[in-house]
Amino acid sequence: MTLERFLILGAILFGIGLYGALSKKHAIAVLMSLEIMFNGVNLTAVALSRYTVPQAFETASKFLLTGHVFTVFIITVAAAEVALGLAIIIAIYRTRQSVLVTDAKELNR
Amino acid sequence: MITEQLVWAIFFIPLASFCILALVVRPFFNSKSHFSGPIAVISIGISFILSVMTLVTVASNKNHGQDWGTHSWLEIGDFHFTVGILLDPLTAIMLVVVTGVSLMVQIYSMGYMKPSSHEPENNEHHGPEELGNPVYARYFAYMSLFTASMLGLVMAANVVQMFVFWELVGLCSYLLIGFWFHRPAAAAAAKKAFIVTRVGDFGFLIALMYLFFKTFTQSENYLEIHVINANLPGLVEAGVITGGALTLIALGMFIGAIGKSGQFPLHTWLPDAMEGPTPVSALIHAATMVTAGVFLVARFFPIFEHSADTMMIVTIIGGVTAIFAATMGLVSNDIKRVLAYSTVSQLGYMMLALGVGAYGPAIFHLFTHAFFKALLFLGSGSVNHATGTFDMRYMGGLRKKMPITYITFLIGSLSLAGIFPLAGFWSKDEILLNAFKDGDVISISMMGFLLAIIAVFMTAFYMFRALFMTFEGDFRGGSEKDPEAQAHGPVHLAESPFPMVLPMIILAVPAVIIGFLVNPIVNIGIPKHWFTYEFLGKALDYNYHVHTAHHQFDLLLAIVSLSIALLGILLAWAMYKRNPYLAPSTLGRVSGPIYTLLLNKYYFDEAYERFITGKIYYRGIAQISDWLDRNIVDRIVNIVGWLGANFGSLIRELQTGQTQMYATVTSVGIIIIAAIYIFGM
Repeated sequence: MTLERFLILGAILFGIGLYGALSKKHAIAVLMSLEIMFNGVNLTAVALSRYTVPQAFETASKFLLTGHVFTVFIITVAAAEVALGLAIIIAIYRTRQSVLVTDAKELNR
Repeated sequence: MITEQLVWAIFFIPLASFCILALVVRPFFNSKSHFSGPIAVISIGISFILSVMTLVTVASNKNHGQDWGTHSWLEIGDFHFTVGILLDPLTAIMLVVVTGVSLMVQIYSMGYMKPSSHEPENNEHHGPEELGNPVYARYFAYMSLFTASMLGLVMAANVVQMFVFWELVGLCSYLLIGFWFHRPAAAAAAKKAFIVTRVGDFGFLIALMYLFFKTFTQSENYLEIHVINANLPGLVEAGVITGGALTLIALGMFIGAIGKSGQFPLHTWLPDAMEGPTPVSALIHAATMVTAGVFLVARFFPIFEHSADTMMIVTIIGGVTAIFAATMGLVSNDIKRVLAYSTVSQLGYMMLALGVGAYGPAIFHLFTHAFFKALLFLGSGSVNHATGTFDMRYMGGLRKKMPITYITFLIGSLSLAGIFPLAGFWSKDEILLNAFKDGDVISISMMGFLLAIIAVFMTAFYMFRALFMTFEGDFRGGSEKDPEAQAHGPVHLAESPFPMVLPMIILAVPAVIIGFLVNPIVNIGIPKHWFTYEFLGKALDYNYHVHTAHHQFDLLLAIVSLSIALLGILLAWAMYKRNPYLAPSTLGRVSGPIYTLLLNKYYFDEAYERFITGKIYYRGIAQISDWLDRNIVDRIVNIVGWLGANFGSLIRELQTGQTQMYATVTSVGIIIIAAIYIFGM
């Protein structure tokens, strides 16, 4: 397994997520797409951390966990964000009986 | 005896008085505003003492001058703008005239302007009472600034420095003529004075710019007055500038003088300026404002002398003004307007004298005129104080009620009419003599002389007409009968309070003796013709001095002018005595159209209004400006606005409110940036 394969998979995940986030009408689907993007980034971070740490560090402490720590943070933040996002979606649904992002276009006012 | 600091103090003390009154008393201590009169009087009193010291020093100096050099104020590249004091006999005399008259006027003002709240037992009615005491502080603040400006003007060593004070004098005249600004006539008169003199100022300004443009390559600084006077004629002789350029400069300055001194045809503001408080009129007419024009011509006399054309124009304007204003004075019913026309007429005499090269006599007349004209104005204010009106048709019979005012007014009138041996006789005689001796039988000077000698007759007539109408006969009602009177209080026929009477008595003394005292025709300890030739001649001690009029006293001419003046008085007596031999109404009916013409001031105001303002200004300049504004300025603005609106409506379509749209654009943007970064485009 080489670094490239991880990065390609990460990029594919990110691209799929981005496409979903930009094209899906349903707010829940947009949130799910965002999760896919997060995971693409997480994968890239861990892979880079594993493969590009200098040799000297590797002998001294076997692993350097920078990327892993980042990933844990991202997962945590993403969980909080999804909770927040769902709350917003419910609030929007209550006011206008719709969860379509195309219906929430008050920003042009 | 006198140092430069002390001469500066003459100017700075009244200025400090203005600052104290305008910046401290007026805003913060209105309840104490009755102190503002004494503050102003004391400061101008100190200036007066210093001025007298200056005059004595200058007179006792061997070369009658004092040069302290100039101080650099501003440097732009090679150009040095300097300020300083030019102290020569002319300046010294003007300092004494300005401070002396101003001192008397301000003492008088303490009585005349006194708000009634300070004297509840004496119901006076001159200040606009509804405005309360602040008026008192404002009045004295303006008076101090006016005096300071005029002092700055006469002592200026640099022509730009002079111009600054020249404009300040104009500003102060505006403020003081419009002092009772709640009265529409006063507000209009103030505007008129400012705008009409502005026409003249423009000529002065152009002359300055032209002078600078022609001489800025020279090594000397041609903005300094003594350099101009000493070297400019030399530049013409050396061929650096043409004689025409010199004439243009002199002419521009003379236009400034015409505006300030109310000469024909810019005289229209002066009679209207009578709307101001009477002491202000006294100050304007005797010392500060109108003498500035004569002073300007006198100051640059060496230049004027070198331009025969300009001298001719000065002579003509002076002579025409002298008689033109006098004719209007013949029929005016307002005592202050009679005096105003007489001032214009007397200023015409001074200009005439300057025009024929009689520098000394012109300043001599300015000097004596300042005293008796201030006296006459203060007298008219005193009369107004008693009767509440300025219209002589509603006065009469005041001789018994106001003896001091009567006697001082009589002295002033005799002096102005040129009756031997009062001050006015000597100075007027010098002018007539020089105009008479200057030219041939048919010459401009002779024309000026003839106009002036007719004006002598008219002056005597209108002054004694005013005197008889005001003080003789029976009292005709005052403000209670006059429908246009400004005052509301009751008529109280009594002598004015002490602060008003005192300056009149003091001014009556020089009005009698000063003419013979400073310029005697025989040696009386003071050398013969000391003032005009010995003393003032030194003010002209420049390299290129050409014109030295040294005509001696001529007995025959003096008798002629004296008898003409007496004839004028006799005619006034015949027309305005109790049972007139010749009723004024008969004469008015006989002369018909001429009387109407004079009463309407030759329709000058109407002509200016209809033709200059109506035709040239409204129809011409204003319409062109209007077209330019509508079609060019407005159109550019509209185009700019239209561009903004339409460009905005294009961009507006992009803002859909669809967050996914925004995110897409952002993403594409990031991808493009990343691509540029990665592939190194």
